Amino acid sequence: MNSGRELPSLSIEELEDMSRRCRINIVKMTHEAGAGHPGGSLSAIDLIVGLYGHNFLRIDADDADWEDRDRFIMSKGHASPAVYSILNEIGYLSEEDLMSFRTLGSVCQGHVDMKWTKGVDFSAGSLGMGLSFGLGCSLAAKMDGSNRTIWVMVGDGEVQEGEVWEAAMAADFHSAGNLKLIVDRNGIQNDDFVNVQMEVGDVASKFSSFGWEVIEIDGHSMREIRDALDKAKSINHSPCVIVAKTVKGKGVSFMEGNPEFHGKAPNDDELRIALEELS
Amino acid sequence: MSAPSTGGASRDGYGSGLLRIADDPRVVVIEADLGKSTKSCHFRTKYPSKSFSMGIAEQNMMLVAAGMAASGKIPFASTFAIFTERAFEQIRNGIARPGLTVHICGSHGGIHTGTDGSSAQSIEDLAIYRTIPGMAVLHPCDDLSAEELTVQLLDHDGPTYMRTARNKIGRIYDHDSVRELKIGRGSIIRRGNDVCIIACGVMVSQAMVAADELADSGIDAAVIDMHTLKPLDIELVDSMAKSCGCFVTAEDHSVIGGLGGALAEHLSTGITAPLEMVGVRDEFGESGESAELMLKMGLTSQDIKNSALKAISRKSG
Ligand SMILES: Cc1ncc(C[n+]2csc(CCOP(=O)(O)OP(=O)(O)O)c2C)c(N)n1
Repeated sequence: MNSGRELPSLSIEELEDMSRRCRINIVKMTHEAGAGHPGGSLSAIDLIVGLYGHNFLRIDADDADWEDRDRFIMSKGHASPAVYSILNEIGYLSEEDLMSFRTLGSVCQGHVDMKWTKGVDFSAGSLGMGLSFGLGCSLAAKMDGSNRTIWVMVGDGEVQEGEVWEAAMAADFHSAGNLKLIVDRNGIQNDDFVNVQMEVGDVASKFSSFGWEVIEIDGHSMREIRDALDKAKSINHSPCVIVAKTVKGKGVSFMEGNPEFHGKAPNDDELRIALEELS
Repeated sequence: MSAPSTGGASRDGYGSGLLRIADDPRVVVIEADLGKSTKSCHFRTKYPSKSFSMGIAEQNMMLVAAGMAASGKIPFASTFAIFTERAFEQIRNGIARPGLTVHICGSHGGIHTGTDGSSAQSIEDLAIYRTIPGMAVLHPCDDLSAEELTVQLLDHDGPTYMRTARNKIGRIYDHDSVRELKIGRGSIIRRGNDVCIIACGVMVSQAMVAADELADSGIDAAVIDMHTLKPLDIELVDSMAKSCGCFVTAEDHSVIGGLGGALAEHLSTGITAPLEMVGVRDEFGESGESAELMLKMGLTSQDIKNSALKAISRKSG
């Protein structure tokens, strides 16, 4: 076990408050950068806060490089503001770091990057690769006899990538019971709605037919998130996926369910409204 | 499945090299249903708990290797050279960009692969992997040197790509001389002052034949086995430029971006010297026996000899 500082386990209300602070940072940092991906960050943040805030993710708050830490692999790397905002809550990143998002030399690169940022476990940006990487981490942990858990998050557009299903099939074959996947099922991708671009259908039953344990939840209910993470963690015989129904842009009225705000930052007026709504 | 053969193809050397480093607990082998061809199968048979079959899914294999590398393992992932290319972007973004030490081996490289035809004959692998920042690119010429370089990869930091060949060819090294090899250092296998032939892979033996024939007509050719294309041993190239004054490169690969390309890049920005390239001329191969294909596509000792004469004639003064 690590000797360092564990994260405190927070109450539902405290977690909801943490999500709210993270949302504020997500809109502020994308506004400051004049670029970035607020929509998919806002849909994912409750799940991420649940993961870190409930202490499901076993990390050392004083030592981001602790070798036997659990891993969180953010495969939809464009949702980097969500990751940076939680790393700020943990203390790995400062407020100043967040506001340097996407500027030259910043530790907050446009897409999450393990080479640049303490606490980031994967260099993403190219969709479809994170689950494979997570499987590699999972198999290595099993070889080491470690009980570390590997958490991966993908978008629902991302599961159109074939490599995701290569990894899903391999994870079942290799009985990767320490591998947990969260699908952010917000129904929107880059250009448009998923059902316009190429509907991915019943993601849960697809994974189920690949041999995975499946949990379906409302990805904005902190209670459901907590219970799902708890259940996922207790499943050891096979890989497990949480398909979380979410709303892209959640928490900011004009971003909610709006494909426009996939990869567009709020302007000054929009930021003002967003902050009013979130405060 | 047969035991690793002695005096075999460079892919056999990869297989026996893996066995020599198997005691290191960090070493893992990852396959995509071509272990019998790349020769990682011997490792898998002996060390099943350190071997992972990913099925016919190369993109996933590369990122699984990356995840293992990020978890303290030293993965050796292999498939045919041509099929590593399907995962080029995975290698670029998932392995090299975060600087993860994953050793990729692509077997059956080049026209020499033979009757399988053009779908299996990678002629661009060395070029594409050379463009990836921080990635070392190796192409040994025989089984012993492939084995030695595979063993040396254990201490190499950063991603690597090693191309091996399918077919047996005569050995260039023996058990003593092979120990002189070093990743990143070209190996002088014949001394001479009139022209320097720099070759890799199966073309090294062709270069030796060409040098012997040139010697019959009074021309003294040096031959270098440039088993590491990147980083290129530019110190050696510069010293050969001074002593020989002209070069021929020989590779079973496109002349665009491979060994010839690497030499041209260097020579055009530093010490200049005439360079002639023997390699594949921007065309695909076809089915056929190795020897007939090599003849048809201009990859023989005779081609090297002609190029040497041309390079010498281009020397000024
Ligand atoms: C391989 C690859 N192709 C295309 C893109 C460009 N791209 C960035 S985000 C995105 C849409 C992602 O949609 P989804 O996975 O649903 O993410 P979310 O809606 O949660 O943001 C696309 C196509 C990419 N980053 N990687």
